[in-house]
Amino acid sequence: MMDFGFSLSKSSTINLDTVDTTLYKKLCDMEPDARICMSCGSCSASCTAASFSGMSLRKVILALQRDQDVRPMLSNCMLSGKCTMVCPRAINTRHLILTLYRIYDR
Amino acid sequence: MKENIVIIGGGIAGMEAAKQLLVLGYNPIIIEQQDHLGGHVSQWHKLFPDMTSSHELLDGLSNQIKDANVFLETKVNSINALGDSYNVILNNGVNIVAKAVLVASGFHLFDAAKKEEYGYGVYDRVITNADLEAWFNKRADARIPEHPKAVGFVHCVGSRDLKAGNSQCSKVCCTTAIKQAIEIKEIFPETEVYCFYMDLRLFGKKYEDFYINAQRDFGVHFIRGRVSEVGETIDNRVQVKAEDTLTGKPLKVTLDLLVLMSGMVCNPRTNELAEMIGLNIDDDGFLKSKDNVYTIMESNRPGIFYAGACTGTKTVPETVAEARAAVLSIHHYLTQA
Amino acid sequence: MITEGKQKIWSDYQKEIPDDHWYYVRSCIRQNFFPASEKMFTEITQKVLGKDLYETPHHTTCGGIAYHCDTIPQETVMTIVARQFALMTEAGYENYVPSCITSFGNYCEILETWHEFPELEAKIRENLWKACKREFKKPKYLAHTSDLIYHWRNAIAAKAKHHLVNKETGEPLKIVEHIGCHYAKMFPSKGVGGAEYPYVLAGMVESWGGQVVDYPERRHCCGYGFRQYHVKANRGYSVSNTHKKFESMEPFHPDAIITNCPGCPYFLDRWQYVIAEQTGKTYGKDGFGIPVFTYEEMAGIILGYDPWDLGLQLHQVAVEPFLDKIGVEYDPKAKYLGMNKEDIMRPELPKSIKCC
Repeated sequence: MMDFGFSLSKSSTINLDTVDTTLYKKLCDMEPDARICMSCGSCSASCTAASFSGMSLRKVILALQRDQDVRPMLSNCMLSGKCTMVCPRAINTRHLILTLYRIYDR
Repeated sequence: MKENIVIIGGGIAGMEAAKQLLVLGYNPIIIEQQDHLGGHVSQWHKLFPDMTSSHELLDGLSNQIKDANVFLETKVNSINALGDSYNVILNNGVNIVAKAVLVASGFHLFDAAKKEEYGYGVYDRVITNADLEAWFNKRADARIPEHPKAVGFVHCVGSRDLKAGNSQCSKVCCTTAIKQAIEIKEIFPETEVYCFYMDLRLFGKKYEDFYINAQRDFGVHFIRGRVSEVGETIDNRVQVKAEDTLTGKPLKVTLDLLVLMSGMVCNPRTNELAEMIGLNIDDDGFLKSKDNVYTIMESNRPGIFYAGACTGTKTVPETVAEARAAVLSIHHYLTQA
Repeated sequence: MITEGKQKIWSDYQKEIPDDHWYYVRSCIRQNFFPASEKMFTEITQKVLGKDLYETPHHTTCGGIAYHCDTIPQETVMTIVARQFALMTEAGYENYVPSCITSFGNYCEILETWHEFPELEAKIRENLWKACKREFKKPKYLAHTSDLIYHWRNAIAAKAKHHLVNKETGEPLKIVEHIGCHYAKMFPSKGVGGAEYPYVLAGMVESWGGQVVDYPERRHCCGYGFRQYHVKANRGYSVSNTHKKFESMEPFHPDAIITNCPGCPYFLDRWQYVIAEQTGKTYGKDGFGIPVFTYEEMAGIILGYDPWDLGLQLHQVAVEPFLDKIGVEYDPKAKYLGMNKEDIMRPELPKSIKCC
């Protein structure tokens, strides 16, 4: 291959035609409330780990629908449960995170 | 002899007003351009949030206004003040003198073809909310495939769009999109459904529940980003581009059907009418009420009243409530005079 | 695709294009990129159609490239443009036709800005007077050269020796049309057919017997992007946009691409080689690329001019498969004979993409 000193850039476009949502669907089967997240961000705003590690449950739920690896974010969760207290859609967020761990463990 | 009240427009506002005027002992005269009563509601299939059949609703109303005078396929040629009354001349030669006129001339559905980038009227698989309701009614539209794999809804088509000349939110489209998304999922459970929204404006009773339903029970996907461009693929599907603003990345998806949620814009015929008699028009093109808080049903002219979407975007329950309020205002106006 | 829907939009975006007496200004770069295109324009206009077209050697750059690279302020560009208008006025013309799309966009933008801010126009008139004691009238009509070829497309078709039709099968050739961004994206009303469904090139293709291909990334920029390509480190991003377009048009198997911009045909042509080197992928048949033409070259081909007089030997992607399809006769041995049949030497041919 010829070296031109530049090469094709990787596209950052999310292509929903090819995105693999198996993990997200598995999560929804086990935690149907994952579907009713409305991305308000309360969980991240109150998250113990967010400001130091970039953890955001809002982003985790969205990233699963876009087939992005959420493990680095999830690994920072301290399981404090603060997000569960603030979620306006009453999602048991702490339980949802534990379920995700279980899915990844398999 | 019963007092004449002219009602311009035979949609849900005009029909409800006629019903109430009959109860109060007046002689309502409905002037309707179309060959049937019911306006936009007559083209709809079901109404949110209770999935009320629009035809049953209209049939019930029609039965209750049998004693009203109705001129179908008729237009107002001119209207002018005559002492303390108005002389309304119709294009069929009829002259009506009435002390009170109710303008209930409604709205126009935004012409989705004006948003050229969405390809309505150009691409085979792009339809509007009204087209989809017509399909729910008749199940005949060549643009809707038998087994769609993916369907998208574009919120705010022509609404909240300064470039299209409309700053207003059309109020009903978010809920309608969710209603139609659920109906599509009921007919095609395997279909992936995407709603592209800027904000979800679900302000009315039960609307938010509708949204939760769509998410939890039907798995409708909500993507916060306005569709920027639509193109046609080789197999006549549509490729849709938007930004997934919640991840901050561009997003594309190929769909078998794209539904544009055309919004409400002012009815240009109403503006012609307003000019004839000197009614104020607001900067959004709709009729200007005395104020937007307490006297929405009142115009700048004595004896001329408003009901429904001629003054701005309204839901059906709001329109019906306004029609009743306008009738009371007319009644007070006539009995006090 | 609903043709009537497009026709409705096309009818909404028509502009008045006078039939004769044009003041012609060339592009800075087109003569290097596609050397015979501008020559072909004057040939068609003056010789084939017998129109009055005037040009002067005093014309300079419009400043558009520098403006879009953000290296000179708009007032400077405006004063340069004011001088061009002065040259037109001195020559006694009022119809102005630039060959470059960015110039066309630049002129549209400046005229619009002066319309909105007359005090700025007054200042530029003063600048011009101070700089070179010249005065100008604004053009009565402004068109791009592709608008003129569009305007004369049927007259050209009437004189055509070839059509955009496969001579073996009788089928119309599938042609991708690509419009330069600065043609109508800034001012949709100034382009024939508007900005979403431009008709300027599509009209030529239809008139000359071909079939237009509409593919999902049709409206996407070729990727040139001035400051992107000009900075070597950014070229990956430039070529990626071209790559995106080719990936999108690939399923339609286009026979050729027609363009109306200086940059687009260059990059759509040359990047096919770079993409082939980097990914091993080619988009034409049997390892060839998809030939890319300017509208003047396309007009020249169908009017029966010798392909080598049209400068088609300077294309990266071989044009021969296209010429064979429509039945153009040419001498392969004359490909690299220049003026006076002098040998202009042969380029080194790549292995990644098939060339003749």
